[in-house]
Amino acid sequence: MKLFEFEAKNILKDYGLPVPTGDIARNPDEAEAIAHRIGRPVALKAQILVSSRGKSGGIKFVNDATEARKVASNLFDRTIKGETVSSLLVEEKLGITAQFYASVAIDRQARTYIILAAAEGGIDIEDTALTSPNKISRRWADPDTGFSQPAAVEMLRQFSLTDNDTNRFAAIISSLYTVTLENDAELVEINPLARIASGELIAADARIIVDDNALFRHPEFKERSSVRMDDTSLEAEARKQNLAYVDLDGDIGIVGNGAGLVMATLDLVNHFGGRPANFLDIGGGGNVDITRKGLRLVISNPRVKAILVNILGGITRCDIVARAIIEALNESTVKKPVVVRMMGTNEAEGTRLLHRAGINTYPDPEKAVEAVIKL
Amino acid sequence: MSIIIDKNTKVIVQGITGNEGKFHTASMLHYGTKVVAGVTPGKGGQQVEGVPVYNTVAETVTSHHADASIIFVPARFVRDAVLEAIEAGIKTLIIISEGTPQRDAIEFVARAKKKGNITILGPNCPGIISPPHRLKVGIMPDRIFRPGHIGIASRSGTLTYEIAWHLTQSGLGQSTCVGLGGDAIVGLDFISLLEMFKLDEECRSVVLIGEIGGNTEELAARYIAETNYPKPVVAYIAGRSAPPGKRMGHAGAIIMGNAGTARSKIDAFTGAGVPVAETPGDVVKLVHR
Repeated sequence: MKLFEFEAKNILKDYGLPVPTGDIARNPDEAEAIAHRIGRPVALKAQILVSSRGKSGGIKFVNDATEARKVASNLFDRTIKGETVSSLLVEEKLGITAQFYASVAIDRQARTYIILAAAEGGIDIEDTALTSPNKISRRWADPDTGFSQPAAVEMLRQFSLTDNDTNRFAAIISSLYTVTLENDAELVEINPLARIASGELIAADARIIVDDNALFRHPEFKERSSVRMDDTSLEAEARKQNLAYVDLDGDIGIVGNGAGLVMATLDLVNHFGGRPANFLDIGGGGNVDITRKGLRLVISNPRVKAILVNILGGITRCDIVARAIIEALNESTVKKPVVVRMMGTNEAEGTRLLHRAGINTYPDPEKAVEAVIKL
Repeated sequence: MSIIIDKNTKVIVQGITGNEGKFHTASMLHYGTKVVAGVTPGKGGQQVEGVPVYNTVAETVTSHHADASIIFVPARFVRDAVLEAIEAGIKTLIIISEGTPQRDAIEFVARAKKKGNITILGPNCPGIISPPHRLKVGIMPDRIFRPGHIGIASRSGTLTYEIAWHLTQSGLGQSTCVGLGGDAIVGLDFISLLEMFKLDEECRSVVLIGEIGGNTEELAARYIAETNYPKPVVAYIAGRSAPPGKRMGHAGAIIMGNAGTARSKIDAFTGAGVPVAETPGDVVKLVHR
């Protein structure tokens, strides 16, 4: 789950990391009041989750509260890269004298956390990693012993920074590691990490992504995790119903059991010239309730013209899934053609039930895909 | 010879008293696996499918010389279950449970590495099956598989069944099929498994089933090219049509920025001389070749 900048900064603040003075505004009045309270030039920052927000006009600088109100009015309800701006972070404009980069992320291959630092800020870290990898210092944490401040000082040595910068930078890196662990984050990033006139280093921008699998031990994110800004409306509905669903832009609805099998089914539809409307995994176990809910959701998508259900019954019993399919179709007022690929445990009974309900079935996935594309 | 497990492997089931634990204990016993004990804290003394249940893993090691464990406990208890098994001296851990926090997986994978000589499959994997020896420490439907000489290495459960089914239909049997798990952080990776298949005389060719997310396929491709891998390898990659930034069912199946795309993996294999099947069914044609 991606956190908004203001949420990420609130967490950093809890760990004693310096962040700019500011607050969140839900309307132009609040933006004006916060700017007034700060009493200096402020930045108005759209709270959206897409990247390169600044380049897309999502960050504006103003000199006073009156101007803050005017500019905020223009920002609210604007859509930036598909996301509607419903809140602004209003914070003091920083007098930046130098910029750095710091992050902690999960390295899948190394199976531990990777710590990245750079003596330049506001960079696209992926681009920099490709174009000038020597500008980035990398270290991997030992999961048993963590990542100490001396280790952070050591990793900064290659940048020839002043002692003041090095010590403050290292303290921030070692706190970031703690933030990452304690919040079950996949990524904690400060970019840029800004040096201001006083010599202090401060998180000018921050990103945190929390591991969805760890949300059960973070009640503080509970309410937050039910609504995701980057979900489409169907994805939001699916999330409410605990369905593994992703929207795509085609017109063939896809339902299958097992993530790999469903991905392969999408690829197969594309391979034969069709366009999948979605990804929906009802799970390797083939739960009846989830099958019904999932089919209902796919049918409700106005873009969907026909549906392909791909069931490989291992532990899943085909007859049970067949009954769930028939029930879901009977419940629906909208009628859409369905093709089923069914193979495995109790396949004969499942097929018989579906045929009686007038639904075509195929044991071979490619035949089923060709059939649904022809509809 | 099979890999990772053999006919002497003494298996315990952690989470044996749950529905899944019970069901798959019966299925593994029926197939021929030596399931010697089960563990559910607080339920020691019971029996499940004739298998004695203990409160701790240590008791099963003392009483039954258990050396492998298959884990069905809910995600929030996976960390404790795995650490307990490692402490008790279990050498092969097969984690079926889905939804393990990545921090926990990082912790127990590191612990296993420090202790040494421990193999972890998963989390979020279907386990391992060796049809020639009727051995299964996993949840796969064994009827789909048949004895033969193809080793399968896969990040996906049902997609493994799909491809095994196509192979079996064409008379191509399997030596050992191994699920590595659909999570971002898993124990064993493709390279280690390819090393094992290399040494296994029963395995004559390898089918590698990958998917979007991470770069374990790219590293495997490089390993195959650099070591001049002695056995033919065929690959299939799922997720050609997956959009970036969206998790496709598996926690580990996500394209981040430009990393982890199907294109990158397909290009890596093609570049390493490994043919990549366009569809699951086409794996058969490429294996025949």
